[in-house]
Amino acid sequence: MCESCKFLQKLCNILDFEPFIFAVTNLSAMKIVIPINKAKEIVKLRTLNLGIKAQAKKEAADNFFTDFADVVMFTIHLIKETFSRKFEVREFFQQCFKIGYNTLPLISVTGTIIGLVLTIQSRPVLVRFGAETILPGMVAVSLIREMGPVITALICAGKIASGMGAELGSMKVSEQIEAMEVSSTHPMRFLVVTRVAAATLMIPLLILYADALGLIGSWIGVNIKGSVSFILFFSQAFSNITFMDFLPAVVKSFFFGAVIGLVGCYKGYNAGRGTESVGKAANSAVVLASLLVLIVDMIAVQITDMLGK
Amino acid sequence: MRTEEQIETMVLDSPKKNSKEAVIEIDNLCKSFGDQVVLKNLSFKLFDGENLVVLGKSGSGKSVLIKCIVGLLQSDSGSILVYNQNVPTMKHKELDEIRQKIGFLFQSGALYDSMTVKENLEFQLRRIKKHLKQSEIDAKIIEALDNVGLSKVLNKMPSQLSGGMRKRISLARTIVVDPLIMLYDEPTTGLDPVTSDEISSLINDIQKKYKTSSIIITHDIECARMTADRLIMLQDGDVYEKGSLNKFEKSTDELIRAFFK
Repeated sequence: MCESCKFLQKLCNILDFEPFIFAVTNLSAMKIVIPINKAKEIVKLRTLNLGIKAQAKKEAADNFFTDFADVVMFTIHLIKETFSRKFEVREFFQQCFKIGYNTLPLISVTGTIIGLVLTIQSRPVLVRFGAETILPGMVAVSLIREMGPVITALICAGKIASGMGAELGSMKVSEQIEAMEVSSTHPMRFLVVTRVAAATLMIPLLILYADALGLIGSWIGVNIKGSVSFILFFSQAFSNITFMDFLPAVVKSFFFGAVIGLVGCYKGYNAGRGTESVGKAANSAVVLASLLVLIVDMIAVQITDMLGK
Repeated sequence: MRTEEQIETMVLDSPKKNSKEAVIEIDNLCKSFGDQVVLKNLSFKLFDGENLVVLGKSGSGKSVLIKCIVGLLQSDSGSILVYNQNVPTMKHKELDEIRQKIGFLFQSGALYDSMTVKENLEFQLRRIKKHLKQSEIDAKIIEALDNVGLSKVLNKMPSQLSGGMRKRISLARTIVVDPLIMLYDEPTTGLDPVTSDEISSLINDIQKKYKTSSIIITHDIECARMTADRLIMLQDGDVYEKGSLNKFEKSTDELIRAFFK
């Protein structure tokens, strides 16, 4: 097959022009006439499809940059309102109560289970190496440095971010945010600032609480197959913890709180008009908040590692 | 419900309104969402003490119009003078001050779900009438609820109320701060004819008692018949027709007839 025929065959393939492909053996012998109108139609259709795809890509890119700009503007507005003189103190404390107190049962169960499971899983390995005595220290370090903050933050992302997304989303759909604005109340200051600030403050406290319960869970775990006194367990656990184990975990937990509050509020505050958008806002708030918690954790670990050197 | 004679009297009274001061003056207002033009050089006035009914098909820009008036939406061009102050050029503080003179009844009622009826009204009062003492706040709440005939639901949550009750509570929340201008966004939508008539009567009662000037956005003709001192009809973002109820009732225009048949 000559080069020209190959080209024609390729063209026919592209144009879905099957019936004529087999008739083409070489250009000189080609007797068939390509129906140019049909070819033109197909080319037009293909070009149109290509145009639509390109347009969709462009819109996706535009949306990405618009969303990014929205997030930046939202964050700037939030920071500006946070430090305004008219801080909504009463609403802030209500949100602290809602976030902190209402999440306590969930965090209590989770914290205890983490400590218990971590101990039960680690014990056989440490026994094999004859290092059973370091179990309290090991569990304490892993709980305080990593497990406690990350797992608690992920649970809070599921409960708090979705709650905020759904609450603000439904307020938007039912015009409550507009009603607030009409009554000379700044919705950003009243709804968003208070929630983000409350999450930033309460999540570190919840994490510390989860760590404490995790250690108690670990003590229970140790006592399932052995007998270690409460005081001995805790003295062994804390003898292995330094200030530098504790500080980065506390610092990053504030960022976890801020991220969870910010994402939940952003998704809810910018929900669409229909009721469907409330579900979408709650769902995307959980997904994005969880993802960002892990990203913040990764950055925090890198920074801690660099500072440790 | 107003009788035919009362309607006729209102119609005869209408020219007098022109001699009254305009509380809202809208001039060449334009608003678009992307390529979609919603309001196109819209101009009209709301006079002191009158009920102006704005009619129009869905999507004709009625709700957008009143949202522009309270600054919830920013207009593209044109002026909206509320008590001679131009809303689109106002700063936040000025806008807050002008909003305190305007009551806005949302189509959905927009009651705060997380608050009881009392807290809904109290929230509004504490934000706008900051100088009031607790006893005065309580008295005003009771008075507003009495005015809408629902003084016994003080401690109920909005979710425990029927659609009509929610609308009334929303109305109470609006009037509790003694507004000078009322903006009603489809006040009777989604209600049965009896409750619709009750809401329309309440609109008239509020106008009499609080001496408010009102813009009533609706496509409920019964509500328009009961409340209107003057009507305007919007079509394609512009004023299609304006005048008295009588003029609209007698119009032979097809679009107007479609509403008034």
